[in-house]
Amino acid sequence: MNKHVMNEAIGETRLDRATQGVIGKGVDRYEGKLKVSGKAPYAYEHLVGEKVAYGFVVPGPVGRAKVTSIDTMAAQSLAGVLAVVSGDRVMHSSAQPMGPDVPAMKGEIYHYNQPVALVVAESFEIARHAASLVKVEYEALEGRYEIESRRGTGRASDGGPMAADTKRGDFEKAFAAAEVQFDRTYTTPAYHAAAMEPHSSVAKWDGDQLTVWSSCQLLDLNVQQIANGVGIDASKVRLLSPYIGGGFGSKLGIGPDAVLASLGAREVGRPVKLALTRQNVFQATSRRGETIQRVRIGATRDGRITCFAHESETANAEGEGFFEPSGISTVFLYPGSDRLVTHRVVTTDVLTTSAVRAPGEATGMLATESALDELAEMFGIDPIEFRRKNEPEKDPQEDVPFSSRRLLECIDEGAKRFGWSDRPKTPASRREGEWLIGWGMASASRANSLMASSAEIEMDPAGRATVKTSMTDIGTGTYTILQQIAAEMLGLPLDHVDVLLGDTSLPESSGSGGSWGANSAGSSVYVAAEAVVAEFAKRLGVEAETLTLKDGHAISGNRQIPFSEILEGETIRVTGKIEPGDTSNETNQASYGAHFAEVAVNATTGETRVRRLLTVGAAGRILNMKTATSQCYGGQIWGIGYALEEELVVDARNGLIVNHDLAEYHVPVHADVPKLDVVLLEDRDPYASPLAGKGIGELAIAGVGAAINNAIHNATGIRIRDYPVTMDKLLPHLPEEVGAAA
Amino acid sequence: MRPFEYARAGDVAEAGRLAGRFIAGGTNLLDLMKLEVETPEKLVDITRLPLRGIEETDDGGLRIGALVTNSDLAAEPCIRRDYEVLSRALLAGASGQLRNKATTGGNLLQRTRCNYFYEPSQPCNKREPGSGCGAIGGFNRIHAVLGASKHCIATHPSDMAVAMRVLDAAVETQKADGSSRTIPLGELYRLPGETPQIETVLEPGELITAVRLPKPRAGTQRYRKVRDRASYAFALVSVAAIVRMEGSTIAEAGLAFGGLAPMPWRDAQVEAALVGKEPTMANFDKAADILLAEAEGQGGNDFKIPLARRTLKAVLADATKGA
Repeated sequence: MNKHVMNEAIGETRLDRATQGVIGKGVDRYEGKLKVSGKAPYAYEHLVGEKVAYGFVVPGPVGRAKVTSIDTMAAQSLAGVLAVVSGDRVMHSSAQPMGPDVPAMKGEIYHYNQPVALVVAESFEIARHAASLVKVEYEALEGRYEIESRRGTGRASDGGPMAADTKRGDFEKAFAAAEVQFDRTYTTPAYHAAAMEPHSSVAKWDGDQLTVWSSCQLLDLNVQQIANGVGIDASKVRLLSPYIGGGFGSKLGIGPDAVLASLGAREVGRPVKLALTRQNVFQATSRRGETIQRVRIGATRDGRITCFAHESETANAEGEGFFEPSGISTVFLYPGSDRLVTHRVVTTDVLTTSAVRAPGEATGMLATESALDELAEMFGIDPIEFRRKNEPEKDPQEDVPFSSRRLLECIDEGAKRFGWSDRPKTPASRREGEWLIGWGMASASRANSLMASSAEIEMDPAGRATVKTSMTDIGTGTYTILQQIAAEMLGLPLDHVDVLLGDTSLPESSGSGGSWGANSAGSSVYVAAEAVVAEFAKRLGVEAETLTLKDGHAISGNRQIPFSEILEGETIRVTGKIEPGDTSNETNQASYGAHFAEVAVNATTGETRVRRLLTVGAAGRILNMKTATSQCYGGQIWGIGYALEEELVVDARNGLIVNHDLAEYHVPVHADVPKLDVVLLEDRDPYASPLAGKGIGELAIAGVGAAINNAIHNATGIRIRDYPVTMDKLLPHLPEEVGAAA
Repeated sequence: MRPFEYARAGDVAEAGRLAGRFIAGGTNLLDLMKLEVETPEKLVDITRLPLRGIEETDDGGLRIGALVTNSDLAAEPCIRRDYEVLSRALLAGASGQLRNKATTGGNLLQRTRCNYFYEPSQPCNKREPGSGCGAIGGFNRIHAVLGASKHCIATHPSDMAVAMRVLDAAVETQKADGSSRTIPLGELYRLPGETPQIETVLEPGELITAVRLPKPRAGTQRYRKVRDRASYAFALVSVAAIVRMEGSTIAEAGLAFGGLAPMPWRDAQVEAALVGKEPTMANFDKAADILLAEAEGQGGNDFKIPLARRTLKAVLADATKGA
């Protein structure tokens, strides 16, 4: 295997020379035509024409209980019902992304409407009806359904996405001595990823071999989870996720559907299809935890930050290690020699919390980027100038250099494009008829990570390449960028490169998550391609460095040889592997950006509409301008939702997720979204990966909601610290006088 | 979803005789059947009935067939010209896809969006009489502040019905026995009281065949809907208004409200309080005082009371401006 360990900065590569000229271009999606013509099969759409059975989940109708019996008589006597699967192996929620364990119910109900059984029937409709006939008897237990009244009872988890505590110096002492003290608490509600494609699986057994088509992000982990859930060896399981209708973290661990479909298929002796209903998705997968975040900042009288604390409380189920890492960017984003970032997990008997798009930044920067705005206002300094004044030269926590940090350039470019100098300086000073107009900005940062990943490149005798890896494309553009990387590295036209993804029979990969996919899987393709080039060079008897590849030809000196000639009728297969190395520790790596928002707040009703939204980002090399920009659009739209609309409501009396459908769990609709502007700066980060790129998938959601909230403050003079900023929160503070519409 | 019988009615008389639950667009009923909130044993498909016409009536009004879709009705030139409030209310509701399917008759009879009504494991007196009300003491941000009872605080979700109410619309129905009657919209709905499961005065098997609008009223028409997002969200408060000025005073005022009550809400005293008055904020406040005199919040929906006042005042200011 050809392996590259990222121990030092990468120099100039074939991607920089761009001889083929396809890297970075905003080319159309590799699988775009298949998707728009309905020919890209999603998980549930496999095994068309085969005799299959259909599953439907039975929900447990209470928040916390011991199940005493599950009466399946009525369901099983219904014509067309094949089996009712119940017992300890039933998964009550999605698995976490940290390990192979799966949450089995073991006779208990841990949260409202968790799966307690699966009905398998000849049709979906029969299964659905039969599910309502299953009687669940239980002994109710006392549940804990909110964290507000139980503040201070949280635990420090050592099984989360970062250390529970990150400290430096003595924050309390420094804060007490600070000339200016800022101390505010912000709250964010629970959220749901609410991907378009519900969690779905099709399971098929051939003897003791299990094949599962499911909607999953991390196949090499997920296959182990399925094996654990079913109780067989992972070598007996093959998992395929060729196309995925959005994951946003909710498919990092398997959903209960994968194991339930497998158990059902084994029980009835034929393949079983199981798609969670939208209600199931809300109630039985995973969610983002609600947070209570205290932000304390000490500063000098002239506006220099001297110490920074960000203490978060969030929720998770009993025994769960994951926590929403709200302080993840606070660790390094702003200066201060005394620092304190903590996370505590308050146990609740509500759906498991796990990773949702930009775990940490998505909630934490709603707080910290509002806090920065408040501080700037306290000092009477423009929020941009305040950030400029507080731009650290190196990572203030670890004292290591930033691999590349272009935050101020993003801010300056954004300010210029947005016309920031015309910002209303005084809050509540610009009005158009009934609408109060305000502008706000916020920084964005997203920690970068590189994961081990491998890929094979197969060159056929005609000189066409196929990239193979278990990597997934969750709608982000992975197929397309891997095709572009291979084509650029190998000097092939795009249509000479095919890409196979989403199958555990292919080389093991990082999977999609944490914005690491493009960098990690892309680098493995880079390494494999380098090996192909080395093989070509060897065969031609030249140094690889001297070889130029373009349009399926190797050019060396005055020779131009078609690949088919080099291959001499042979097919060659090489595997490349990338591994993170020293550069991850020796530098602080993150993507950066800046958001600028203009909002209009209705002075009568408190309804807020976003009128303009601009994001400028710097995330190293952009592999495909179109798919990268689309990722940022998605982040901006999530930001609109988090600022104004999204809130997963839990009934504190019983744990019911009240708004468990898309009519009542509000995500932005088209009418909420103005024309979006995204600008990505030309950038390279040689420490991040051989591609010199950094993660972008989660960058644009980081901070954008705060930019909108800051704009609301600028429009109204009102500061809401309890997200989302809905009209009922603004209403008591709006001008009493109501005027006519313009 | 429970198994059900399906029959298609060939004509209006047959629809009544088939004795089942009528289905037209199905945009609400099918969702509720999937959740087993509604469990009809028999569906009678009325989509083939000849009820898609819009015609002028002898008294200068309109007769709108019950199966005219919300999209078609909103786009009808005479609706846009003479009954602007109705067109605007329709377009403020649901989404383009839903409006293409949803019908005039069905829209009037849509069920509440109360979250507890939609969750069969929760108590709900509307879904299961006697089981209690989950929304009282629970999540009630979207619930009623007027006309509710201790048994039910659900709101009626329709925008169209609010406009119909201010337009003094009436429904034409045919009963199962073939007889027909006309019911003013103000008499169609029932308040929940102790029987929130009974929402209208319609009898079993009674089919809405048309909605009649009286001849257009003079005045400025407005529909203002306040909601949590710009589209595809139910009204927290909505106001349908028809206001006619004579000189500097209000000569006529028609006002109906959505999002506040278990039915499209209209209060004759509110309107009477405005007639003959100058369009001043003080007078608008007096009207709002009357409207909200008995308003009662449940915690999560308390904000609707000041919101209704503010929205009413803004709508009145807008409808009377330039006077």
